[in-house]
Amino acid sequence: MPATSSLFYQVHFYLFGLLAIASAIAFVTRRSPVSAALWLVAVMFNLAALYVMLGAHFVGVIQVIVYAGAIMVVFLFVVMLLNLGRDGELSDFRGRWGRLAAGLVGLALLAQVMALARTRFVTGLQVPAAPVFGGPPDRGAVGDIAAPLFTEHLLAFEVTSILLLVAIVGAVVIGKRRGAA
Amino acid sequence: MIPEALALSAVLFTIGTIGVLTRRNAIVIFMCVELMLNAVNLSFVALSKLYGATGQVFVVFVMTVAAAEAAVGLAIIIAIFRHGHTVDLKNINLLKG
Amino acid sequence: MLLQEAAGAAHPLSGTFAEWIWLVPILPLIGFVVNGLLSLLPATHMGPADPSADAHGAHETQAHDDHHAVARHRYARIVSLVGPLVLGLSFAVALGVFAVVAGMQAEAPFVKTLFPWLVAGGLNVPAALQVDQLSMVMTLVVTGVGFLIHVFSVGYMQDDPGYPRYFAYLNLFVFFMLVLVLGASYPVLFVGWEGVGLCSYLLIGYWYSDKANADAGKKAFVMNRIGDFGFLVAMFLLFANVGALDFVGVNAGVGTLEEGGAVITAIGLFFFLGCAGKSAQIPLYTWLPDAMAGPTPVSALIHAATMVTAGVYLVARSAAIFSLAPVASLTVALVGAVTTIFAATIGLKQWDIKKVLAYSTVSQLGYMFIGVGVGAYAAGVFHLVTHAFFKALLFLGSGSVIFAMHRAFHHTGSHEDAQDMRNMGGLRRYMPWTFALMWIATLAIAGIPPLAGFFSKDEILASVFARTQHSTLAEATWMGIPGSALLLVIYVLGLAAAFLTAIYMTRMMIYTFHGPNRSGDAERQHLAEAPRVMTIPLVVLGVLSAVGGVLNLPSFLGGASQALHHWLEPVTGAAALNITHGEEAHLALGTEMILIGVAVLIALGGMVYAYARLKPTALVPKADAREASGIERVLEHKYFVDEAYDRAVVRPVVGLSRTVLWRGMDTGLIDGLFVNGSAWLMRSLGWLGARLQSGQVGTYAWVLVIGVLAVLGAFSFS
Repeated sequence: MPATSSLFYQVHFYLFGLLAIASAIAFVTRRSPVSAALWLVAVMFNLAALYVMLGAHFVGVIQVIVYAGAIMVVFLFVVMLLNLGRDGELSDFRGRWGRLAAGLVGLALLAQVMALARTRFVTGLQVPAAPVFGGPPDRGAVGDIAAPLFTEHLLAFEVTSILLLVAIVGAVVIGKRRGAA
Repeated sequence: MIPEALALSAVLFTIGTIGVLTRRNAIVIFMCVELMLNAVNLSFVALSKLYGATGQVFVVFVMTVAAAEAAVGLAIIIAIFRHGHTVDLKNINLLKG
Repeated sequence: MLLQEAAGAAHPLSGTFAEWIWLVPILPLIGFVVNGLLSLLPATHMGPADPSADAHGAHETQAHDDHHAVARHRYARIVSLVGPLVLGLSFAVALGVFAVVAGMQAEAPFVKTLFPWLVAGGLNVPAALQVDQLSMVMTLVVTGVGFLIHVFSVGYMQDDPGYPRYFAYLNLFVFFMLVLVLGASYPVLFVGWEGVGLCSYLLIGYWYSDKANADAGKKAFVMNRIGDFGFLVAMFLLFANVGALDFVGVNAGVGTLEEGGAVITAIGLFFFLGCAGKSAQIPLYTWLPDAMAGPTPVSALIHAATMVTAGVYLVARSAAIFSLAPVASLTVALVGAVTTIFAATIGLKQWDIKKVLAYSTVSQLGYMFIGVGVGAYAAGVFHLVTHAFFKALLFLGSGSVIFAMHRAFHHTGSHEDAQDMRNMGGLRRYMPWTFALMWIATLAIAGIPPLAGFFSKDEILASVFARTQHSTLAEATWMGIPGSALLLVIYVLGLAAAFLTAIYMTRMMIYTFHGPNRSGDAERQHLAEAPRVMTIPLVVLGVLSAVGGVLNLPSFLGGASQALHHWLEPVTGAAALNITHGEEAHLALGTEMILIGVAVLIALGGMVYAYARLKPTALVPKADAREASGIERVLEHKYFVDEAYDRAVVRPVVGLSRTVLWRGMDTGLIDGLFVNGSAWLMRSLGWLGARLQSGQVGTYAWVLVIGVLAVLGAFSFS
């Protein structure tokens, strides 16, 4: 990975960032849900690139495999299952005034978040000279995640697995056709 | 890079919010929520560069929960579609009253 | 300032019969309650006319023959007993208290506190009655003359279907009047003041179904209210500057105010504004002639003998204040003088017998105000007493006449005006008692010795003349005019008014009782004297009018002269001396005899002039009379003062009320903004709530996001 201060790094960081924003805007403005879903996938790819550039290699890979590759696929399945591909059928936006108001609200939210970020959490945003975490270099990217996951956050890990179980069961039950065997 | 990443995260989050408020299709709204989750993930990852691996661990959890949520949520949407043959938000008002 | 409880406790009158003074007002109140309850019960067998009877109690039915059944009110017997009886008992109690007071010769007033009333901060006004010489005089007049009028009413109102209601109101009036004259402080007096105004309204508009009567009642009440405003302001000023509102305290404390200064003059003038409203002086007199729309005994009691004299009583009671404010006193006397001549001129050309007497009352009240205005408080009260006698007699006598005319017209079914003198004439042949008694009263009011009116009028005029020199009034200036000159003018106006009084009273007698009868041939046969229940009170009043002068004979007669003056000395003497620089005002014997001679000559001259010039034979009945013109028309229409008031005051106020108060405020602001607006607000809030609970998930998302914004905002601003 080139040094974070190098031009190559910065150019690509901004590139992926702008692509992510553009894809997000495109995603929000598509009429057809299928197009929207695909644009969301694009956003996720760009985010994955950013994760890798930020040094979270494992998360970047996970993002592609799980988020873009599984969750979005499920979305697409459902969209196509419900046959919602036709343009203009059910994907109309909510009125002109609604969009204007939503835009204003969004701007307000953004402004507030930026303001809060700058004023309150200014301290501590200096990048330290060396990365904080470092461990035995032979653990690799996965080991850096796995070690805390299975030691510090073991309880959360277990609870999450139960959550997945519940979700599976729930999805099956809800999605079952009534009256059918 | 980290402030830029946080700014990007805020912008994506905002776009996701606007999408939630604007769209009428339930599935698309759901997808906007996913976008918001992604923005938050970016935030976590960016800050994990400062504070250690815990941020990335949390990202793993977020993704897991997002998956579970997507499954159940879409199942519900399918059930609603079976009930009223529509996923237009305007027509889903059984919570009324 | 607390009431002088110590004075009452150590007072020689405490523990005597005077403690029962509270019975005097309470008895008529009991009468009111009883009669009032009886009036609420349904009474079948009503008379042929309900309150929709017109002003004269006649009714618009087809012609009756001689004996249609006029069924009386079912409870008439009880009411006839209760009504006058409570008055009689009240008079008896008052006599008893009077005897005690006369025997004691107390210097300070006896204050009987009944219960605490107004207690707020520095203000302590208990409900208390004051027994002193002045209040006893007034009480005796009110209960005595009131009793006679109640007895008279038994006969006069016998056919009226609202009989109990009438006596209820009449009793209530006497109760309030007694509260007025017996009150120990200005607020208690004011309670009575307002109460008699209320009862005046109720009784003037007694036959309320005729709108004109109701309007007359309203007019009286509204004009009274203008005066009441003056009274209230005066009370406020008094409390603010002297710190007391009870008479004992005020008399003691008023000396601290600067003599002749702005404060005390303002207090006096504002009190006089109240008097002008209550006692019908210029400019608030126009309600009194209209008040003749009420039953005639009401006119006798309220608008001749008692209520209208409340203003004079107030000035006499506030003698301490007025004597220290020469400008205010001069104003009182001047307004009284102008009123007396003004009203007398109008009385010259009135055709309704009651209107003549009404303007005569206004004129005579002017005399009383001249008296109390120049500081001759005893003289003013003396005229008040004698006027009560002969004016009540005149009114009741006219009531007797009207009663007979009504009966006559009723028998023939005629709808002519039973009160218009042009329809009368020659009644002395048919009503000899009334005729004789009314002549006694006419001689009294004209001021012919030795009847009562002569002594009281002469006393007033002499007092005015005496104070043209050597008095604070003569030394003061009123709007730049020296006081002595003003007093002379007042004296001359008084004499002129005496002249006119003699003329119009004689005119009234001539047109009514002398000459040929103009009532019509059919009606004439039914003219008869009034029943005894009505003529006996007339006789009593006649006797009083004749010998009443003995109450206060002129000083040169020596012996028991000036009895009333000496009687009232503990109350008003000190104040009177303030005006005359410490010594009793007196005229040289020669001057006084000249003044008396002039007054008598003028009175006789007026009567002779009227007798010579006015030809009753030249009169025609009202229906055929032609419209007057020129000066006659102006006088007949009372100088068009009512019309002027209507233009200048009534219409602007009504217009303002209609546009601003009604349309603007009432409909627009209160109805529109507050009532409808609050309803609209509630509906809007409900609509908003309903929209929020629509069940739409999208709405919930909105609310969520806005909530987030709010929380973040709280973070950034905290």
